[in-house]
Amino acid sequence: MIERDVIILGAGPAGLSAAAELARLKVGKIAVLDREQAAGGIPRHCGHLGYGWNEFRRIMTGPAYARRLAETAGAAELKLGVTALRLEPGGVVQTTGAEGPQAWRGRAVLLALGARETPRSARLVSGARPWGVMNTGALQQFVYLHGKRPFERPVIIGSELVAFSTLLTLRHVKVRPAAMIEAGRRITAQRPGDWIARLAFGVPVLLDTRLIRILGHERVEGVEVDRGNGPERLDCDGVVFTGRFRPENALLAGSHLAVDPGTRGPAIDQLWRCSDPAYFAAGNLLRGIETAGQCWREGQAAARIIAATLLGKLAPPAASVPVQAAGALAYVYPQRLTAEDPIDPELLFFARARAATKGAIVLRGDDTVIWSRQIDALPERRIAWPVSPKDLQAHKSITVSLEPQA
Amino acid sequence: MAEFDRADVVIIGGGVVGCAIFRRLALAGLKPLLLEAGEDILSGASKGNSAILHTGFDAPPGSLEVVCMQAGYREYQAIRNRLNLPLVETGALVVAWNEEQLARLPAIVAQAHQNGVEDVTQISAEELRQREPQLAPHALGAVRVPGEHIIDPWSAPLAYALQGLAHGGRIRRGCTVSGGSFDGAWSLVTERGRITAGLVINAAGNFGDRVEAICRESPFKITPRKGQFVVFDKPAAQLVKSIILPVPTERTKGIVICRTAFGNLLVGPTAEDQETRDVAEVDEQALAMLIAKGQEMLPGLAEIGVNAVYAGLRPATQFKDYQISAQPERRWITVGGIRSTGLTAALGIAGQVGDLVAQHFHPMEESAPTWTPVPNLCEERPRPYQIGGEIVCHCEWVTRGEIEAALTGPLPAGDVGGLKRRTRAMMGRCQGFYCSAQVAAIAEGRITL
Ligand SMILES: Cc1cc2nc3c(=O)[nH]c(=O)nc-3n(C[C@H](O)[C@H](O)[C@H](O)COP(=O)(O)OP(=O)(O)OC[C@H]3O[C@@H](n4cnc5c(N)ncnc54)[C@H](O)[C@@H]3O)c2cc1C
Ligand SMILES: Cc1cc2nc3c(=O)[nH]c(=O)nc-3n(C[C@H](O)[C@H](O)[C@H](O)COP(=O)(O)OP(=O)(O)OC[C@H]3O[C@@H](n4cnc5c(N)ncnc54)[C@H](O)[C@@H]3O)c2cc1C
Repeated sequence: MIERDVIILGAGPAGLSAAAELARLKVGKIAVLDREQAAGGIPRHCGHLGYGWNEFRRIMTGPAYARRLAETAGAAELKLGVTALRLEPGGVVQTTGAEGPQAWRGRAVLLALGARETPRSARLVSGARPWGVMNTGALQQFVYLHGKRPFERPVIIGSELVAFSTLLTLRHVKVRPAAMIEAGRRITAQRPGDWIARLAFGVPVLLDTRLIRILGHERVEGVEVDRGNGPERLDCDGVVFTGRFRPENALLAGSHLAVDPGTRGPAIDQLWRCSDPAYFAAGNLLRGIETAGQCWREGQAAARIIAATLLGKLAPPAASVPVQAAGALAYVYPQRLTAEDPIDPELLFFARARAATKGAIVLRGDDTVIWSRQIDALPERRIAWPVSPKDLQAHKSITVSLEPQA
Repeated sequence: MAEFDRADVVIIGGGVVGCAIFRRLALAGLKPLLLEAGEDILSGASKGNSAILHTGFDAPPGSLEVVCMQAGYREYQAIRNRLNLPLVETGALVVAWNEEQLARLPAIVAQAHQNGVEDVTQISAEELRQREPQLAPHALGAVRVPGEHIIDPWSAPLAYALQGLAHGGRIRRGCTVSGGSFDGAWSLVTERGRITAGLVINAAGNFGDRVEAICRESPFKITPRKGQFVVFDKPAAQLVKSIILPVPTERTKGIVICRTAFGNLLVGPTAEDQETRDVAEVDEQALAMLIAKGQEMLPGLAEIGVNAVYAGLRPATQFKDYQISAQPERRWITVGGIRSTGLTAALGIAGQVGDLVAQHFHPMEESAPTWTPVPNLCEERPRPYQIGGEIVCHCEWVTRGEIEAALTGPLPAGDVGGLKRRTRAMMGRCQGFYCSAQVAAIAEGRITL
């Protein structure tokens, strides 16, 4: 058994910022394990600008940001090419890699395993299954890590922020997409997304358009879309499915840790603790996509809690109050509140709408309304709001609901 | 470089059936030449099935099909250890979900016994619940078939092909037979030139009638019957121990819930006739229907993600039974219409073909076999990642060494599909988000991506 004070699983922005913070707080021996051969997580292959402003007050490319993160975590031991296979009670992690199977034990284990996009298969898209259908994550690795151009004229499915990363990635290898296709009425990413796509990239943005079928035998030859008047063919040689992120949660499924079916991530309390208090979680594993900066902040915040725990400054978790999502909300987290003094005086809730909804977000303690606010929610945008812990602790259960306007 | 322009025996089609025949004839010293249209073996019906090794309990009594299935079933078990092929001994339960189906269970037991599958019994709803507590509570009873098992549908034919190669057989891929003429020997037309053959065996699956037309007016017509599947992520495999079969109808075995050798769970297949013979499209409604059906029978599936979807084409004809016969005067053997049980029956079919060859064409001498064990992909047996190595595909835990091995050797992967089938790389929950670029880089120059 390899013993460390803290084991961090995942060397992305969340894991590396936690490592840096723990090293700064001199918590003890810290090991960061990652299954890839290089540190950095997603930014490793995200070769365009868009990272670093929150953390380093500089706008950087993903790879530069990944290197910078790894430097800041320099005091921690970084083990690459090590895959966590199983999580066991009490902070025991079974791994494999070039050195063979190993068992690690941490007094605390931070799960920072990230998230990935939903592939074509799980979207149940009709048609043939030719080569040339991929997610942005794969496209970026072809382009930025291997210098390849997998297609010449793909369509992009979806208009979340990451779809603009797809555009940038394609532009890097001088590929002009045939179209960006969005099933909704409006672009999901914050404005001015659509005019950026149209003007800066010259890419037609088809709103209210449903992808109904992929054509081609060996390789993609086109897609069929429906813009309200039945099937129309669009010629293309690739399809990039963007967004619809889901936590990289396979390790949780086989483990003893409680998983929230809404987020598909681990259920945590407001102090980043999983149902086994030896385990903590931060970053995209909690719910799917946020910016790297947000994941970085979460890693840092979780690191402070871990430090306080290991230094004996924080009581072990006591009785907790469940927090539930209701109405048009897909999820809310933290999924539990415990009675200990929070380290951060302001408690933040994060939630996401299932579909575009105009209405009110209402927080109830048992049956009493504690707090409410009008919002115009989009499914791909985070809803976050601070609440005072004092308001909440007296209740047996807390429900957060998104209630559409009548 | 082996000569590819003549052979005593040419087999057309490198599906599971063609590969098993290839093995049988190579073991008998006939040095067969197998021609496959696709860039790799298993480009047709054999690339997408349910991977069940059937006992033949529900096959038509007295049919050639049941004879081949049962011979295939026995031979698979006899040789599988030497070829390092898995057998997941799940057993099956034919579950009755309503009174009408319940009433039909005794007949299923009787038919099984008639087919010689003696250990088949009917069990009560209570015993069913004990065996499969996660199954939806409205099940009324079941027939238990302890001998139905699960295998790896791709490694088995690969092992047959490799053993045939080790015994002097040859395989030419990317070689479609489009015509031929006969003057005591066959001269087959392919895009790679003419090939002279002393005997031709048609194992062309969904193109069986077209290839048959080279020899004679085809006595059967193929209407491919598509089967779509949904593959659920690994935690789903914990939900059931047995294969869950429905009470069959005239047309199909119906929708099955079945673990895979790779540790997933699949729900399918549909049964849809189509004209196209080489493309099996999936379709959103059918997939959604399968998910709904799966959840209805196994409510726990609602919590579990879909990893993959696929479709396969059964080479169905107007006949229920296999179409296997010899035309001695035309030096031709027909192996057609191996519809929905060919994975199980392949070795048995190969035995039948061997008998026809011995009877009409060539003596068959058994030699001491050289065994060609294949890499194990089955989750229940040791896999390389457990020993260690650089993992490239993180969902299926495929090492760089496994990918390299699949790209070399006597029958390297011929295309992406072949590489996936040999390694499972990119076949997991992320479908290549994390590893496809890396796999492509490893395969560069060897297969085109
Ligand atoms: C295409 C794309 C473009 C983006 N562009 C931007 C942008 O411009 N600006 C921005 O701010 N954000 C961007 N983002 C979002 C940002 O990259 C992510 O939010 C951030 O990387 C998440 O950090 P993380 O640490 O939670 O997870 P990740 O970065 O995903 O890191 C998780 C790490 O865990 C490792 N891991 C997973 N499972 C295991 C295991 N079993 N064993 C060992 N290790 C494991 C992985 O290898 C990985 O290194 C983009 C995301 C994508 C996909
Ligand atoms: C949905 C589904 C579920 C099934 N489930 C099971 C199961 O659980 N258990 C079981 O035992 N069986 C099952 N089967 C049946 C099994 O998959 C088939 O019976 C078997 O694959 C048929 O193999 P084959 O070799 O006859 O045909 P194929 O695999 O189609 O092989 C024929 C080959 O010939 C090649 N070819 C065609 N024309 C030419 C030409 N002119 N020149 C050169 N090559 C040519 C094709 O490319 C192809 O590779 C299932 C089938 C399906 C579709």
